[in-house]
Amino acid sequence: MLFEIRDVSFSRGGRRVLDAIEAGVPAGAAAIVGPSGSGKSTLLRLLNRLADPERGTISYRGSPLVDYDPLKLRREVALVPQLPALLEGTVRSNLSYAAELAGKELDADRCLALAGLDAGFGERDVGRLSVGEQQRTMLARALAQQPRVLLLDEPTASLDASARDAVEATLAQLRRELDISLVLVTHDPEQARRLGDWALRLEEGRAVAAGALEEALA
Amino acid sequence: MSTSIHVSLGQVAAALVLVVVAAAISRWRRADLEQDIAIATVRSFVQLTAIGYAIKLIFEADTIWLVLALLSVMVVFGAITARGRAKRVPDAFWPLLIALAVAGGATLGLVVALGIFDPTPRYLVPVGGMVIGNAMTASAVALNRLGDEVADSRARIEATLSLGATAREAAAPIVRRALRSGTIALVDSTKTTGLIFFPGTMVGMLLAGADPTDAVRLQLILLYSLLGSVAIAALIATTLAYRNFFTPAQQLREPDADALG
Repeated sequence: MLFEIRDVSFSRGGRRVLDAIEAGVPAGAAAIVGPSGSGKSTLLRLLNRLADPERGTISYRGSPLVDYDPLKLRREVALVPQLPALLEGTVRSNLSYAAELAGKELDADRCLALAGLDAGFGERDVGRLSVGEQQRTMLARALAQQPRVLLLDEPTASLDASARDAVEATLAQLRRELDISLVLVTHDPEQARRLGDWALRLEEGRAVAAGALEEALA
Repeated sequence: MSTSIHVSLGQVAAALVLVVVAAAISRWRRADLEQDIAIATVRSFVQLTAIGYAIKLIFEADTIWLVLALLSVMVVFGAITARGRAKRVPDAFWPLLIALAVAGGATLGLVVALGIFDPTPRYLVPVGGMVIGNAMTASAVALNRLGDEVADSRARIEATLSLGATAREAAAPIVRRALRSGTIALVDSTKTTGLIFFPGTMVGMLLAGADPTDAVRLQLILLYSLLGSVAIAALIATTLAYRNFFTPAQQLREPDADALG
């Protein structure tokens, strides 16, 4: 099991955002599906240990998350947030920063290609990219760390249909070419069907279904 | 530098005419500052008169312990005042207190060690007051900026943390900008000093009948000392305070509901 989520609750500003979530997320491609405000992104942040649950435990590959060095964990379980948030500088400088943190050799052209970007993109200033290009750069930056797991928060939320198809094709290709697991947060059950093989359905902070894709989304 | 002049209370009272002008302008243009101007006038009179007597006592007692006590009180009040301007920074008091204490101690220690001033109350009290006052302003501005930057850059900070960066690495750009904004005002005013405005010490000495060369040299010493002290204060305040935004597990804390205003 990739992640074991046991009785996890989390509140923010006095509001219960996650309520006693139970799920075993398998390796492969898992989708966390639910309407806006259902707690999907919060759960993804907990998997990256950007926050800790106020109750319950999350385990990664059999050990509680709190037993991992948070820095090492985050380099292995990379989060690509919904809103692009790159560092000032060029696309390449963002990629090298990430690779350096993870202690990995950077193959910038390959990371860019995997994220569906041309090699020439490396020298572009991140301040001059469209939102779609920034999201792809965020993905390339995460890949520069050669993670074992990619946590993707609504990776196509701000894209038009053709850009969305391109990103989905990229993610499908990533799974074919790399030994990597995906945990994808999406409000769109159809996207979960296209990309996932397991799903957790959240509604108002509660897990209403978890399991094989069609079963969970039925 | 042994000049002295006598200023009567009548002369001080006459200067109140300018305060009346300020209040009249406020009333005429409905700036609604009359009450604040009145409070400021009364407070400045009471506070400065009180500190004047305190300094007189300290000069007469001529003991270093009273100087240290007075400067310590200034550091504590400075930290409390600066905290009021850094509301978005959690637990800002201790970083500010340490920043002011170290900036004051290091600057005074250096000017004495270098033989610029004698370690006597006549020098340590006024110079210490200026150093701590400027350090307070600089660290308040720096932490105010730090709080705003963290609030505005949460997404970027978390995205950097999620790459496995430490809190220090994730906060580095904003700490740099906060340090800069705390220091730059004094750097800019130092650049234009003598051209656009005459600094207070020099004006005071000239009024007191000092030789202009002496007035300028003393002013330069103070400006250079202040540059050092505000940089030390802003550095320590930002370096200690940014940590309060993070947990030991390198997580960005949720903003305090009170701090959101």
